[in-house]
Amino acid sequence: MGEPITIFKRPASLRDAFTHYCPGCTHGVIHRLIAETLDELGLRERTIGIAPVGCSVLAYNYFYCDFQEAAHGRAPALATGIKRVLPDRIVFTYQGDGDLASIGTAEIVHAANRGEKFTTIFVNNAIYGMTGGQMAPTTMPNQVTTTCPRGRDVNLAGWPLPVADLLAQLRTPSYVERVAVHTPRHIIQAKRAIRQAFQYQAERRCYSFVEVLSTCPTNWGKTPAEACQWLDEVMVPYFKLGLKKSPDRPPVE
Amino acid sequence: MPRVQVDRDRCKGCELCVKACPQKVLGVSSRINFKGYFPAEPQRPELCLGCRICAITCPDVAIEIAVHGCRYNYFDY
Amino acid sequence: MAKKLMKGNEAIGEAAIVAGAQAYFCYPITPQTEVAEYLAKRMPEVGGVFVQAESELAASQMIFGAAAAGARVFTTSSSPGISLMSEAMSYIAAAELPAVFINIIRCGPGLGGILPSQGDYLQATKGGGHGDYRFLVLAPSTIQETVDLTIEAFRLADKYRNPVMLIGDGLIGQMMEPVDFEGRTAPPRLDTSGWATTGCAGREPHIVKTLFLDPNVLEQRNRKMRDKYEQMKREEVRFETYLCDDAPELLVAAYGTTARVVRTAVDRLREEGVKVGMFRPISVFPFPDEPLRQQALVPSVKAVLVVEMSMGQMLEDVERALQGRRPLHFFGRGGGNVPAPEELVRECRRLLGNGQGGR
Repeated sequence: MGEPITIFKRPASLRDAFTHYCPGCTHGVIHRLIAETLDELGLRERTIGIAPVGCSVLAYNYFYCDFQEAAHGRAPALATGIKRVLPDRIVFTYQGDGDLASIGTAEIVHAANRGEKFTTIFVNNAIYGMTGGQMAPTTMPNQVTTTCPRGRDVNLAGWPLPVADLLAQLRTPSYVERVAVHTPRHIIQAKRAIRQAFQYQAERRCYSFVEVLSTCPTNWGKTPAEACQWLDEVMVPYFKLGLKKSPDRPPVE
Repeated sequence: MPRVQVDRDRCKGCELCVKACPQKVLGVSSRINFKGYFPAEPQRPELCLGCRICAITCPDVAIEIAVHGCRYNYFDY
Repeated sequence: MAKKLMKGNEAIGEAAIVAGAQAYFCYPITPQTEVAEYLAKRMPEVGGVFVQAESELAASQMIFGAAAAGARVFTTSSSPGISLMSEAMSYIAAAELPAVFINIIRCGPGLGGILPSQGDYLQATKGGGHGDYRFLVLAPSTIQETVDLTIEAFRLADKYRNPVMLIGDGLIGQMMEPVDFEGRTAPPRLDTSGWATTGCAGREPHIVKTLFLDPNVLEQRNRKMRDKYEQMKREEVRFETYLCDDAPELLVAAYGTTARVVRTAVDRLREEGVKVGMFRPISVFPFPDEPLRQQALVPSVKAVLVVEMSMGQMLEDVERALQGRRPLHFFGRGGGNVPAPEELVRECRRLLGNGQGGR
């Protein structure tokens, strides 16, 4: 029996820190997928990440690369500033649904529409996590949260905001895909999308955006396994997964 | 024979790996870790195929996998 | 480049280029949009970055990102736009980043109007955003002075690693005056390699953030920033006096465009034998309270008159400086009206005539 060969270990771009995320929260998975991508594409040393306001505001404690911390919703503007003065660096924003789909809607739409060549990883867990479980723009109909205690009423709060599909309507070339991380198979597909996004950036090709459906066991009031199941049964039918827009395919006229 | 290693103190006992493992190698320890979670632990290590699904599922990168001799690549990751 | 007739807004744009600005993020708003129009042409010519953002709010956050990445950056706007930028101002000051903001003030509040005003004085000097922070704020009154203070602002921003603001007004932005760029050069650039997020090749990663959940860590930063502001008070006070050396009876305090009108009124009063002097703050944070107090306590001075294009904002700093030791009067125009010399001559006469007339 030869020396053991390690076939799975912590990526170098992920610090050795214990994370503050709740048990079963798939933020941790998404962090790892990004870090693995930075390792595999050899980008860590010229990457600048931007943390949002939300559960992942402490992302800079977990990634082993330069980071900035944005005001709530403003990460795409910071990223624009960085990318414009340092065009050869890799820049990515890591944002939650409160950050991106609520207060930061204008910033994300215009960054995508200008075709800023950075990457956005949008973590959609249908709730405000850090502040303790309030309704988010992506909260599902009838989903109970602390600010829609009788369940989201679409007549009062409208329907969940499908950001990936929204951005896919823009004429400016970009890469837009929605993935999920609630089962191993989905995690593997999510990694492909994240890797493709950073690939497009490394090639200076276009703006790249990956929406990742993610769990929030604590604020959904479910066990980690139940949360994954709920995501599959309730979120996936509404937030359809798959490629929404690609720079390779011309837009549908 | 592949070897799964769970970092007992890093694990938060979410049990996603236990559920995901096709071979039911992993179980939940009866001893709490330093944070008070019941961490996952390999309980039938001999059944492990080295497919990496548990490590892929783990939100806390608490699982490392090594193989001896030949390595079978079930899927690209 | 010999003297050139330039519109204030365009002179600001050229001054920023001379000062070595690498990136300008902006949004159109009257009465300062010409800065953006000018730099839209000029920035690409000098290899600089020009972005028109989706809002002033976004523009100011682009400033944050680029500054934290080590670039020399600036933005201009006008009152309502500056309000939208105040969130970023707090973050940029908190992260101790150099940046220059120029506010070509228009009348307000609310949408107000597009005419000149000085109604943003308190917002500028007492901090428009949240938390313990200050901007170093300079107030030019001529376009040449605006050019020179714009260049100086970049030096001060680097010196203190703190944002610096210039407050002009619609008149300064829209007026044309001869401007000389001869001998003006870019201030040496701060070495940002110790903290800027440029990619961590060959070093430990840099993190630019403003969240510090440990109160002692945050308090330490608060104290460090306060020390910077104390240093500004010691080293960066700027002011000008006009005809104050021959024991004037009345001292008029005014800054920016208003000071030019006061200067004309003072000249006319002097022709009629009325001895009036002017004190013009150039730095409004740090406010020149000591020099103003000294000037006001000259025995011959019977009272101090503050003149502003607002309902009285610098007035509060003057009142604080005088410590009640001289009668203090105020003359203000609002709504975009610029005070006329005759009005000020009448007001000074009235104050000196019967000595009554309160604030």
